[in-house]
Amino acid sequence: MNKPVLGLVVGGVLGVFDGLSALVSAPETQPQIVGIVIGSTFKGIIAGLLIGWFASRVRSMAKGVVFGLIVGLVLAFLVAMMPGENGEHYWMQIMLPGSVVGLIVGYATQRYGAAASARSRA
Amino acid sequence: MTRLSGDAIRRLQGVVELPDLSGTRYEPIEFVARGGMGVVFRVRDRDLDRDVALKVLSTVQMNEDARARMLTEARVLARLEHPGIVPVHDVGALPDGRVFYTMKFVRGSRLDEYAAARRDLNDLLRVFLRICEAVAFAHAERVVHRDLKPGNIMVGAFGEVLVMDWGVAKILGAGGEAALAPPVRPVDPPDGTPETTATGSILGTPGYMAPEQARGEPALVDARSDVFALGVLLRLLAESAAGAERGVPRRLRAIHARAGAAEPAGRYASVGALADEVIRYLTGRSVNAYREPWFERTARLAGRHRTAIALVLMYLLMRILVFLADRL
Repeated sequence: MNKPVLGLVVGGVLGVFDGLSALVSAPETQPQIVGIVIGSTFKGIIAGLLIGWFASRVRSMAKGVVFGLIVGLVLAFLVAMMPGENGEHYWMQIMLPGSVVGLIVGYATQRYGAAASARSRA
Repeated sequence: MTRLSGDAIRRLQGVVELPDLSGTRYEPIEFVARGGMGVVFRVRDRDLDRDVALKVLSTVQMNEDARARMLTEARVLARLEHPGIVPVHDVGALPDGRVFYTMKFVRGSRLDEYAAARRDLNDLLRVFLRICEAVAFAHAERVVHRDLKPGNIMVGAFGEVLVMDWGVAKILGAGGEAALAPPVRPVDPPDGTPETTATGSILGTPGYMAPEQARGEPALVDARSDVFALGVLLRLLAESAAGAERGVPRRLRAIHARAGAAEPAGRYASVGALADEVIRYLTGRSVNAYREPWFERTARLAGRHRTAIALVLMYLLMRILVFLADRL
């Protein structure tokens, strides 16, 4: 499995769990849980793809983890900007897990996954 | 009356045998060692202004067979162009008719001295892999060393490895085989030291010789005989690093036990297969030589993926903290 695909898979799986965890951390969101899980999974997939793409080009655990953290944070920030039904924002509940997910995907894509093979140009 | 030690006697013999190098471009400096087929001296190459090692037949071995073997040894070594095999520079004959060849003068420590000075197992295993690379290369050239032991392996200051003394090597031919020296017969070492490569009818070193080699069955000697010796070397390195109190890890013990199996069929089929197992050990993967119980496998996998596990635990902890923060 190459690094972008690995990032996509790990990001997607963590995104599903991340979304479902809203049932525990914010039970009042239960009516919107399907939308939350879909949004969280989509966010995880995008983050995973970006972080995996970065890992296939930059071989550095430190840089990969920091890049993952930043991507996770930025995407989570964009999601957290959208207010809930009553106009409230869940900054910490969204940004903290989102950044940690990015960090984990950054680590996973640096440590595992096959690097893209060099292609000759015709 | 003071008794001389064995080492002092050998050095005196070396001085007595200091060769007459007149007519050559070399001048003698000092006796270095006595090998299976000859004596090694440190000499000065006047033309290139450098020290080299000169190996020459000892005076007691001056016969046509020995001359031919010495020449063959030099030619075999010349064929084995590899960073881990000592390179030959020149070959010739002394005024008294003895054949000699010169090679790189190797500076460094014997493998056992190096192992005693460094106790890091992974470092020693990486050195072992370099030995395997050199020996595997020789096998690919159809040459079996037959006398791998710590005294024949030098490790340089930067961890570079040189496999030396190919004097008792065996060349595996397409339709048969040829040996640089006569068949092995099991005879006790002459001075009782466990690391003496015997000359004449005795070849190889007790403790490192494969059983088929020690039994004097040259037809059975092949690459797996070197695998046996490498297994003994691996055990030596592992025990040196582990120390008596901790013991050698079971997976590593299983690897050197398989390499050192009494029957050739029980050993790794090639040096490459042995090296692969050591690489698997080094990278925390399972090894074919050892069927580990579930709890050992779990512990190994946890150790191998400890950072990933730590990250997942960190995530869960973060989730719990967020949950608790919302409740407060």
